[in-house]
Amino acid sequence: MGTLARIRQSYILYSFVRDWVAITCFIVVCILILISFLSPFIAPHNPYESASINVMNAETPPMWMEGGSSEFILGTDSQGRDLFSTLLFGMRISIIIGCCAVILQAFLGVIIGLVSGYIGGRLDSFLMRMADVQLSFSTMMVAIFLGAIFQAAFGVAMYERFAVVLLVFIIGLAEWPQYARTVRASVLAEKQKEYVEAARVIGLNSARIMLRHILPNTLSPVLVISTVQVANAIMSEAALSFLGLGMPVTRPSLGSLINSGFEFIFSGSWWITLFPGIFLVLLILVINLLGDWLRDVLNPKLYKG
Amino acid sequence: MFAFTIRRIAQGILVMLIISFLCFTIQHAIGDPVRDIVGISVSAAEREALREKMGLNDPFLSQYIRFLGKAVRGDVGMSFFFKKPALEVILFKAPATLELVFVSSVIIIFISIPLGIYCAINPKHILSRIIMGMSIVGVSIPVFLTAIMLIYIFSVELHWLPSYGRGELVNIGGWKSGLFTISGIRHLILPSIALSSIMLPLFIRLIRSQMMEILETEYIKFAWAKGLHKRRIWFIHAFKNTLLPVITVGGVQLGTMIAFTILTETVFQWQGLGFLFIEAVERADTTLLVAYLMVVGVIFVVVNTIVDLIYGLVNPTVRIQGTR
Repeated sequence: MGTLARIRQSYILYSFVRDWVAITCFIVVCILILISFLSPFIAPHNPYESASINVMNAETPPMWMEGGSSEFILGTDSQGRDLFSTLLFGMRISIIIGCCAVILQAFLGVIIGLVSGYIGGRLDSFLMRMADVQLSFSTMMVAIFLGAIFQAAFGVAMYERFAVVLLVFIIGLAEWPQYARTVRASVLAEKQKEYVEAARVIGLNSARIMLRHILPNTLSPVLVISTVQVANAIMSEAALSFLGLGMPVTRPSLGSLINSGFEFIFSGSWWITLFPGIFLVLLILVINLLGDWLRDVLNPKLYKG
Repeated sequence: MFAFTIRRIAQGILVMLIISFLCFTIQHAIGDPVRDIVGISVSAAEREALREKMGLNDPFLSQYIRFLGKAVRGDVGMSFFFKKPALEVILFKAPATLELVFVSSVIIIFISIPLGIYCAINPKHILSRIIMGMSIVGVSIPVFLTAIMLIYIFSVELHWLPSYGRGELVNIGGWKSGLFTISGIRHLILPSIALSSIMLPLFIRLIRSQMMEILETEYIKFAWAKGLHKRRIWFIHAFKNTLLPVITVGGVQLGTMIAFTILTETVFQWQGLGFLFIEAVERADTTLLVAYLMVVGVIFVVVNTIVDLIYGLVNPTVRIQGTR
């Protein structure tokens, strides 16, 4: 059976085309990713180019309101940048940070979970205790603390220069326990099975058994939590940026745009906050809905509605 | 139960030691206690003398032990900005945060329990579907956005409620409270709604799924067969067992709650611990930052230990599992 036919007959596709919520969410996610990554081409202005920015245009309302101009569809922010373009560029940064942070935390979490579950004993209880403590502090809290410590250690200027890398690092470090726990739980279940026993009898070494035999069988729960974790990572990034521990105002993400708009809400410029907010909520919402759907399809046992 | 209690307390102390060690490492690596005391306008020689006098040139471990000894007696150093002991600054700000968390918890408890039970009893009803739909939207809205929107609607546009600060306070034995004046309560409304908005969906979903699971169990079926009144089955038999996991998760969620106080307090300029923390980060006030971490660590460990103990008290299987 060819790959194409296998995909066409799979259960995932079957339930996908019958669930209009999943289809809508998938389309919305695709559109959001597409417009944010094509932003250099489709955005009417380039927010990083200081020559095209005129402070005289600051706080122009959206085009359908009085005083708005058709040049700036959603109005401008406090520095005179076109809000729509800045928003697209910002969403690209948010998505990139979210995805990279999830890759990092999945990498850390899967390795720790595999080793912890397969080897067991003292190492296992130590690593899991550590994960428990970190989880009880809540990932958002750990991320804020790490951000604060990094900023104090590097200084503000340095921090802003490497903000993307540091944010990926911070969020990755803060959220690995989720993966470690999930992977460990399925490793413990797989370890009992006969194929692992067989592999051990043949004389394969532990690393090979872990990576080639057990790991592939633990991947479906990893996939399930990955979707929701991307939404969480984007949320954490927005929160950090809102607190001033994230992307600087010169290269704003959605969170720092909301932060810079917040000061102007008292003078009535609601659009600087509202539009990035809507895009942020939309992005997180559709990813969460997709994650929920994926969980129900791949893991019917977990189904609780 | 006694052995269980001792073990949990020992675990708590161990976690606290690890936290204090991390805090000390941070302070050692990025803080400069000499600057915190004398400022930056003192000559290098004088600084070196002061460093020697304060024991900052001692080995790392002996410094850590001294730090730990002081911390146990409640001395975690001087705040660079406030020129006061850091713990005093924190205790001075704590009531604001505690009141905010308290009012939000009350809101969460009184809304999530009825809604959660309702959704569990009538899972197919249109209203439950709406509540569940709203709850997934609620999870996706960051708390600071809710807070900003509340401010825009209720204070900028409608002028109904104040947007920042705590209003008039009453001093009750050193505890500056805003719960007893009209102005204080008016100032509390928006922040507490914002803070509870993020936790509500989580609790509604949790209570619903727990309750639905319980309603499938044998003893509930037996209660139906016995011909008990449905109210008695729902609110007495099923609800009791729903509450247990909810208490545990509630205790653990305190951490999330404190993280969200940082965001909420920043938006509302609420003079509490979270606002203090962000100010400390902006002013590079390392001692205060570390003191905040330590205090939050203590709150966590104490609450988690108490939750574990309560859980052990009501559910003996946890105790037996723990002995292995």
